[in-house]
Amino acid sequence: MSVNVDAGRASQAPIPPPRSRPRRSSGLGFLSWLDLKAAPYLLVSPYFLLFLVFGIFPLGFTLWYSLFKYDLTGTEEWTGLGNYTALLSDGAFWNAVVNTIGMFLIATVPQILLALLLANALNKRIRGRLLVRMGVLLPLVTSVVAVAVVFTQLYGRDWGLINWILELFGADPIDWKAQRIPSWIAISTMIDWRWTGYNSIIFLAGMQTIPKDLYEAASIDGASRRRQFWQITVPMLRPTMIFVVLNSTIGGLTLFAEPTTFFGGNVHGGTNSQFQTVSMFIVEQGFREFDYGYASGAAWLLFLMILVGSLVNFLLIRRIGGNK
Amino acid sequence: MTTLTAGDRRRAQPGRKRSDMWSATPWTKIVLVVTIVISAFPIYWMIVIASRTNKEATDIPPPFLPGGNLGENIRRVLANEDAHYLTGLTNSLIIAITVTVSVVLISTFAGFAFARLRFKGGKLLLLLVLITMMVPLQQMGIVPLYRVMVNLEWIGTLKAVILPYLLNGFGVFLMTQYTEQAVPGELVEAARVDGASTMRIWWNVILPAVRPGMAVLGINTFMLTWNDFMWPLIALTPDNPTVQVAINSLNAKYGTDYVLIFSGTAMSILPLILVFVLFGRQIIGGLMEGAVKA
Repeated sequence: MSVNVDAGRASQAPIPPPRSRPRRSSGLGFLSWLDLKAAPYLLVSPYFLLFLVFGIFPLGFTLWYSLFKYDLTGTEEWTGLGNYTALLSDGAFWNAVVNTIGMFLIATVPQILLALLLANALNKRIRGRLLVRMGVLLPLVTSVVAVAVVFTQLYGRDWGLINWILELFGADPIDWKAQRIPSWIAISTMIDWRWTGYNSIIFLAGMQTIPKDLYEAASIDGASRRRQFWQITVPMLRPTMIFVVLNSTIGGLTLFAEPTTFFGGNVHGGTNSQFQTVSMFIVEQGFREFDYGYASGAAWLLFLMILVGSLVNFLLIRRIGGNK
Repeated sequence: MTTLTAGDRRRAQPGRKRSDMWSATPWTKIVLVVTIVISAFPIYWMIVIASRTNKEATDIPPPFLPGGNLGENIRRVLANEDAHYLTGLTNSLIIAITVTVSVVLISTFAGFAFARLRFKGGKLLLLLVLITMMVPLQQMGIVPLYRVMVNLEWIGTLKAVILPYLLNGFGVFLMTQYTEQAVPGELVEAARVDGASTMRIWWNVILPAVRPGMAVLGINTFMLTWNDFMWPLIALTPDNPTVQVAINSLNAKYGTDYVLIFSGTAMSILPLILVFVLFGRQIIGGLMEGAVKA
């Protein structure tokens, strides 16, 4: 649950194999030498074999495919960077990019603030701690498709619970699926419902590593609790925050299941693609239009988006509470 | 692996001056209660609709209590000819269990090597694992993977789904971290001096110590695999689906038959809820430890 840039450095030095092996097993000397030298490679080989076949190979071939033009009959033709220039001037691609970033922002910003608030509450002395934490984490164990099915019904135009509540308050019902911003909000709430509790548990873990003395000193200096939260808790949570935000960035920019299910399992993302994400665009191009090259090019552009998004967020978080 | 963390211990102590800042205010309780209600409501709602008729599901005001139609709805899901629901449920179980067992084994092997053995290139390989954890392989590799599966004529078979899932960088990372923490280096060294082979050390020293870490990884992998949607949607055919793809078929073909879709959905999360209730303590403990270890 922890992607962190410092992880490699943090690891302790492994214990070296003893230089002088016991002499008594001299007959088995070669075998034990082989065991010492070869065993580590043997142990990591299953992973790296898979990595080669299902990691490196697809990545490389996605790049290769992106240089060709494919059509429905299956013929392929070299086009160089043609797919990329076409994508960058394709309104449908930019629409997907805007939708993805829009939903990412609408979902992530409130989610992180709510998760902080929730973590702060979870960090108090409460009874039935395990049960409360399980209750908070419950949404995580429901499948994404299940969440999307339930929320799609809740956001239904005619019989949806949410429109019913709106009408109770005298508001007009909203056709959540038909318009851009309402559909983004509906999809964002699905994401937030599922992930806010998870992130708050991660924040809670981070909060519990903050030395209590800091708060005591601040209280003595007369800092209010609110001030302590923003001046001590939030800055001290920076490493955790980086993890949470990077995780949300990758998850948010690759969004697929929720908007697909919201439109009845169709990757077009609404009648006017008003909530089609880049992932859905890739699947539509690759597996509905069978333009493998175009889909592959879009996949590499998505990767670029994730790299840029992660970098921007990383720099942003580093600035929280000064750069100490 | 327990949920007892630094903060918990802090509160367990009859501290010198029980600083009031850690006691729950009414505000805390409101936040928690509201959160739990919101967390539980969609799942409760799923059961309410799954146990009603379509007419009741579209009533105004909507029903808020479960009805008596659950059995009939489940029967309709299982009998539905487009969804292949039971096949999907079985397939999901086979896929999730195979992937979980394999990933846990592969990760425990690699974690042992990275954490407690020294070998040329080890650091570099571990770095490679970390970097690839940041790459969304699912989206990036989907086209070539699909074409390979087509060429092998594996499309529509379970191996097309299982094999790519076996690549799990997070698992290797987690088990490396866990082995480092749970197995003292001296222990491995001592076993080595006693003449134990690497495999023997793995079996007698590493395995007993890292079992809690394996459990966390296993639960996590099972849930992720069970829930995944995009790749099975592409690699499988509707007549041999996973449970998520089966729900998608229901959703696509019977969009307004809410009780049908909701019953299928409710059944699909049952195994997960069960796992969660049984292992909730370990899941939360694992999450929290993983978060601060990194």
